Amino acid sequence: MSEQKLQSQTVQTTGHAWDGDLQEYNNPLPVWWVYTFYVTVVFALVYWTIYPSWPFGKGWIGGLSNITYVNSDGQTKTHSWNTRALLLEDMNRAAIAQKPYFDKVAAMSYAQVAKDPDMNGFILSAGKALFSDNCAPCHQAGGQGVVGFFPNLTDDDWLYGGSFDKIHETIMGGRHGYMPTFSEVLSPEQIDQLANYVASLSGIGHDATRAAAGNALFHSETAACYYCHGADAKGRKEIGSANLTDNIWLWANVPAASSAEGKVAAIRNVIASGLNKGVMPAWAGRLSPEQIKVLTVYVHELGGGQ
Amino acid sequence: MQTGLEEQLGLYQKRIPIFTRSVKGRFRRFKTTVLLLAYAIYFLLPWLPWSRLDAPSQAVLFDLPGRRFLIFGLTVYPQDVVWLALLLFIAAILLFFVTGLVGRAFCGYFCFQTLWTDFFIWIEHKIQGERPARVRLYRQPWNREKLLKVGGTHVLWVLASFWTGMTFVAYYAYAPQLVLDFFTGQAAAAAYITVSILTISTYAAAGLMREQICTYVCPYGRFQSVMYEPETLAVHYDARRGEGAHGRASARTGQRTLDERHEKGLGDCVDCGLCVQVCPTGIDIRDGLQYKCISCGLCIDACNTIMDSFGFPQGLIRYDSEQNLAAPEPTAPRVEWKRLKTIGYGAALILMSAYLAYSIGTRGSYDRAVNQIRQPLYVVLSNGDIRNRYQVRITNKAAQDQTYEISASGIPAGALDLGNFREITIKPGHSGLVQASVRLAPELAEHTHHFELVITPKGKPSEARSEIVRFDSPKEAHD
Repeated sequence: MSEQKLQSQTVQTTGHAWDGDLQEYNNPLPVWWVYTFYVTVVFALVYWTIYPSWPFGKGWIGGLSNITYVNSDGQTKTHSWNTRALLLEDMNRAAIAQKPYFDKVAAMSYAQVAKDPDMNGFILSAGKALFSDNCAPCHQAGGQGVVGFFPNLTDDDWLYGGSFDKIHETIMGGRHGYMPTFSEVLSPEQIDQLANYVASLSGIGHDATRAAAGNALFHSETAACYYCHGADAKGRKEIGSANLTDNIWLWANVPAASSAEGKVAAIRNVIASGLNKGVMPAWAGRLSPEQIKVLTVYVHELGGGQ
Repeated sequence: MQTGLEEQLGLYQKRIPIFTRSVKGRFRRFKTTVLLLAYAIYFLLPWLPWSRLDAPSQAVLFDLPGRRFLIFGLTVYPQDVVWLALLLFIAAILLFFVTGLVGRAFCGYFCFQTLWTDFFIWIEHKIQGERPARVRLYRQPWNREKLLKVGGTHVLWVLASFWTGMTFVAYYAYAPQLVLDFFTGQAAAAAYITVSILTISTYAAAGLMREQICTYVCPYGRFQSVMYEPETLAVHYDARRGEGAHGRASARTGQRTLDERHEKGLGDCVDCGLCVQVCPTGIDIRDGLQYKCISCGLCIDACNTIMDSFGFPQGLIRYDSEQNLAAPEPTAPRVEWKRLKTIGYGAALILMSAYLAYSIGTRGSYDRAVNQIRQPLYVVLSNGDIRNRYQVRITNKAAQDQTYEISASGIPAGALDLGNFREITIKPGHSGLVQASVRLAPELAEHTHHFELVITPKGKPSEARSEIVRFDSPKEAHD
């Protein structure tokens, strides 16, 4: 097809002619495109009326669309549509949906909650969420803790007691574990003897002679370990002192050491430097009583409780 | 339209109205039967009652809020999603299989676009009359008659579209209640939105766009074309017979009988144009196999009617294969299935259908999942024992409450601790969680790497299923 023919047959011109023969091609936009454009214009107008759109003075034009929700205090709140209000509406709706369960928890005793299969499901899910938000940063997602820093909540040893009431008390008021720095009052030799004695209590490889000396030191007024750990070295739950006769190690990282010397050294370190880092904050006031009750049952179930 | 522009504008052409002539014959009867059957199923199924204890008595109900599909006696839960995958796979393979054998049979007889278009054309025909009357109406200026007839047609189309949408929604909620709620303004917003979208799309697709959907929108029609093979049966015009040596010609005096025509070198086609008039996509099958042909067979019916009236043999337009048409000695058309591709598709179809049937037939009355708690993997207890914990999730798929018992084998009795829940009762369609823990002495833990958790529905020991689970202990215990 020649250029001449193509032009005469296929191309429209606007009809204007300049300088005698200068013409302008008319290539109109496709009809569907034009109509789509009009639809978008109408859409924008409708959108501006319904949703927040234009800045106006110090605020903005809120639009006709509103969000109404009932908050936890039972007040009805109305906002012009925005994503923050949308989130609040969502959160409050969820809170209202959970309320009957929390109310039920509040009305039941710990033992009842733990034995009710329906409540069990709620504790497992709501408790997990609460635990993840508030406790997991220290105690880790599964409650396994970190040796040397944060207690493991999944074992069967409870420093301050594993009953519902004791766990509740711990969460409400927080805890502060303390052990003096013995390097200031004891010689390295004495500390080593004590470490060997503590190792012997849990059946870890040790020097029997040193352990015997450590035993004497433990129960003497020089070191006075028995003040806190008890004459039987099983700890005292009233003050949260550790049971030294079991296989649970919170502060001395005994499980990580591969040799018997290493294990004794880990114990030695703790005795020498003491402890002042066992601090758990109080949650009363930060969480609602029902939330703390849910957490109490959840934590109790983690390790089987007492 | 300007000439010479077609090459440039070839991607879309403004719709030219098609007025199809009605026709009688084998294929029309088949299409009508399929249409009636499909409509009976689609429109009536949501209204079929089915008594259930814990759900609305509707035979087929896709209960989205309840996260389950109720299909007669079968309840399908999200974890059965593999069935959906199988179903889609089977549907795809069936399409490939059938297309390889007999061309676009799906398009011509079963596709909902074809069915609804057919129904809409039937409405149009009932109100506006046969093809010539419709063409006349189309050309005449707008007057009372045209307004009434065309308006009436569109009103009926919209009503049919609306009920199509309504029926679709009725599969997702208890139908009688839904329809009541819908008209009293109390149904869910999703219902109104879905019905509106389906009303508009059905009206547009079956009333206004029709064959344009097949030509421009539908991908299946296009990719079915590549599945044709020389042996594939398709609607063909027998050009050799129809055109003869000197082409087709009308049946004037002197070229009326076959003998007269053959003497003059004329083909059997009397050029009546009926095959074009009945075609829902407005093509001329005599131009050969083409992508717009949905293979509905109506031109075969039309041509056979004409052949009969002239006393010529039927089958000038017929189902045949390209191979056979091109052969020097054409045989009677037949389905050629002895091909690697067809047999392969057939085998896949049978295997997958059998697997789906087996999977549905043997599914248990409950689902179970045992997850070992990995944070921490194990706990050393104060006396040195090792404890692992597990979360057992049981989903009751039966129609009534069921109590489940959990036990263990491969570990000493008493090692398994289920806390406060020795057994758990779960409502139908619900899941229950049980925390289980296993406590082993260090020496035993060292040698125990796996054991079995057994879940037994109470009173149904034959449905007990066991799960092999890991038991982890400290690394040094293995040294």
